[in-house]
Amino acid sequence: MKSLAELQAIKEKMKNKVVLREGSADIRVVVGMATCGIAAGARPVLNALVEAVNESNLADKVTVSQTGCVGLCQYEPIVEVYEAGKEKVTYVKMDADKAKRVVEEHLKGGKIVADCTIAAFNA
Amino acid sequence: MKELSLNILDIVENSVKAGASLTEILIDENEETLSLTIKDNGCGMTNEVLQTVTDPFYTTRTTRKVGLGLPLLKLECEMTGGNLTVTSKHINEFPNEHGTCVHAVFYKNHIDYTPLGDVIASITTLIQGHPDRDFLFSHKFEDKNVCLDTRELRTVLEDVPLDSFEVIKWIKEFLNEQYIT
Repeated sequence: MKSLAELQAIKEKMKNKVVLREGSADIRVVVGMATCGIAAGARPVLNALVEAVNESNLADKVTVSQTGCVGLCQYEPIVEVYEAGKEKVTYVKMDADKAKRVVEEHLKGGKIVADCTIAAFNA
Repeated sequence: MKELSLNILDIVENSVKAGASLTEILIDENEETLSLTIKDNGCGMTNEVLQTVTDPFYTTRTTRKVGLGLPLLKLECEMTGGNLTVTSKHINEFPNEHGTCVHAVFYKNHIDYTPLGDVIASITTLIQGHPDRDFLFSHKFEDKNVCLDTRELRTVLEDVPLDSFEVIKWIKEFLNEQYIT
């Protein structure tokens, strides 16, 4: 049974980590979570991203956050990747599997997943 | 929406945007009905705005001229023979007790009833997205009351943020256990 004592243990473990993490993230991943995004399936995309980023030990480098309507509802779920000094990458019509690919190939490997970008859909 | 829990995620987003420090998500089920209450202490709405919130052509966002969150929820509960009520106290008129309450009743046995779906995923998504806000979740059904109050977690965690992956994972399992035991 999960207990608050267990949460206490997590706290003790995390305490030192928090100090390290502040301000060090240089990649920001943003998921559109307005009505349009949610209806199109943004929730599993977000959860897959959060899980994969943490399981690949990228949490110090990458933050995953939520935003409102990006303004391109027909392309939802949309994931945007902001990296300092680079152009924004917009991934469209995402699902949990594509999200895992983005973490593995783009965030970890540094190579944009070309077939999921908005440019691929407009071509 | 494919799941009612996605509507919850969507509607609570309005509460967050209204500046609510605490949002209560209360689900009360019996054999016949599911009642959903989302109550926040945000800035509230004026009567004028309140009268237009279920109109799809009213929205606060600026990217376009339609807003479908509340209209969708209204449609989905009315399709089952239920109803939606929204009450609100605007901060200007009620400086000490402002906020909005959305209350929806669904008839579960109606063929058009949208199943609740993965409500745990919605709750963890909300906390992950808004670690600085508090959420009280309660789901009563049969003889169970599944419950989570981020204020309690916060007192244990102190300065460890609620959106830490380990904490989110713990919350997920904590809720999951309450459902299955």
